[in-house]
Amino acid sequence: MSYIANTGEDRDLMLDKIGIDSIEHLWNATGVPEGNTDFASLSSGLSEYEVYTKLKKLSLQNSVELINFLGAGYYDHIIPAVVSAITSRSEFYTAYTPYQPEASQGTLQAIYEYQTAICRLTGMEVANASMYDGGTALFEAMMMAIRITGKRKAVISEAVSPIYREIIKCYSTNLDIELHEIPAGNLDSNHQNLIDIAGNDTACILVQYPNVFGSIEDWGNTVEQIHKKNTLAVCSVYPQALSILKTPAAMGFDIVTGEGQSLGLPLNFGGPYLGFMATEKKLMRKMPGRIVGRTTEKNGGDAFVLTLQAREQHIRRARAMSNICSNENLCALAAIVYLSSVGKQGMVRVGELCASKAVFAKNQILQIEGIEEVEENIPFFNEFVVSLPMDASEFVGKMINKGYAAGFPLGRYYKNRKKQLLIAVTEKRTKEEIKGLANSMEAVLK
Amino acid sequence: MKKYTQDHEWVEIDGDIAIVGISAHAAEELGDITFIELPQIGKDVIVGDVIAVVESVKTASDVYAPISGTVKEVNEELEESPGIVNSSPDKDGWICKIDNIDIAEIEELMTESQYAEFLTENN
Repeated sequence: MSYIANTGEDRDLMLDKIGIDSIEHLWNATGVPEGNTDFASLSSGLSEYEVYTKLKKLSLQNSVELINFLGAGYYDHIIPAVVSAITSRSEFYTAYTPYQPEASQGTLQAIYEYQTAICRLTGMEVANASMYDGGTALFEAMMMAIRITGKRKAVISEAVSPIYREIIKCYSTNLDIELHEIPAGNLDSNHQNLIDIAGNDTACILVQYPNVFGSIEDWGNTVEQIHKKNTLAVCSVYPQALSILKTPAAMGFDIVTGEGQSLGLPLNFGGPYLGFMATEKKLMRKMPGRIVGRTTEKNGGDAFVLTLQAREQHIRRARAMSNICSNENLCALAAIVYLSSVGKQGMVRVGELCASKAVFAKNQILQIEGIEEVEENIPFFNEFVVSLPMDASEFVGKMINKGYAAGFPLGRYYKNRKKQLLIAVTEKRTKEEIKGLANSMEAVLK
Repeated sequence: MKKYTQDHEWVEIDGDIAIVGISAHAAEELGDITFIELPQIGKDVIVGDVIAVVESVKTASDVYAPISGTVKEVNEELEESPGIVNSSPDKDGWICKIDNIDIAEIEELMTESQYAEFLTENN
């Protein structure tokens, strides 16, 4: 069946326009091996039941019962049942984001409250309605800084998630942007190097808090130095950590982004996740994405509408702040339901539990012979690095057989860190599970 | 004496500086103006550069430099009260002042009567 009704003539016209002979040329350019491009050679399909059985078999190969100490940006937190109970209600459950104020006050109010919650967590003044994920939000923040400053150089720390850096590099490939990566220190972001490399020609620095190694760094002084060069400071944050840490606003950051998965979203392979972005009021007109505002309807009651739309492409056309014209609404809704049900004190409690359990885990693990600290006295939230006496990837494989996702082997992205393992501990892990992890680690290393 | 561009900016020379605003026609077409993004003081501009953005309830429009030079002063009152551009587009609603100018650049621009004619023709 032909889903896209373009005729042979249409196709020839398009091929002619871009200057190639056949559509196979295009497939080949995307890396599809030759000979695989004939739709007629595809099998005729399976019945519903056959598909179900096939996929079920595939899914059984997943290790879903592992005790999880894997983090690196995505964390296994407790999700209260109320989150899915509300997000799955038919009034909310749609892939489409309805923005018409006359029809969608509930959705718009939920987004408005979500934005408010993001502002409270980060300390910033204005948040947008959400973005795809933490990585794309950080890229959009870089573009926003470039728009504001009119400069084309950006400096990113290698202590920012390597996954986010891959996204930013990929998105920037065909843009007129000069991206500099600053090697991380032992477990820190190498502040002095960031300050030195960011010159007056630099639009922004991009950093992460806590950084990818889990370390908490005070950015106040560095941000102050950066501002002296008329350069903006952009920070990607772990929102759960903000419950007990100094806010990015208090350290002077201009744009704050992050991954909202830890706020009530389950771990998925690739998403859907939740990007968030917040900034200062004076920069809000340069922010991408939708923003919901509160106004007054004709009878004097509160009403919620999209606001500051002159930034967006349906009004600004080619000069729009970005071509983001939707948001990750169902995920944003999950985040606001999570935050509302856990509450302000609950968030602090979750944060304290994460931090204290991580300290307990680190102490247990450092007692194991052969495991060493990478650097002493580094403050961390719920994630830390240890050095193993063997290749960390291989080690993680052996730990899976014992029922544990033991952590993230940093060697996957950092060639000089082959033996380093990044371990995350959330409030969900019990003392027994942590002791079990340490015991299994010891057994694997024996 | 004011000179007008086809993009509906006006420019008036006062000694060795140029005062820039948008025409009464443009202000009326835009409707109620809600925000004006002013240029940065000290910014060097050349003819045709975007120097400001005027946002109204209907749309957002760029304001182009009618003359080259350096932005010397901006009308800060517009930050709080952008509506001044609606109520007094020709006077109190000026947007910025530019110095380091070459008056020859605006010789080709329209006079007030030519601009009025231009509007009639294009209506």
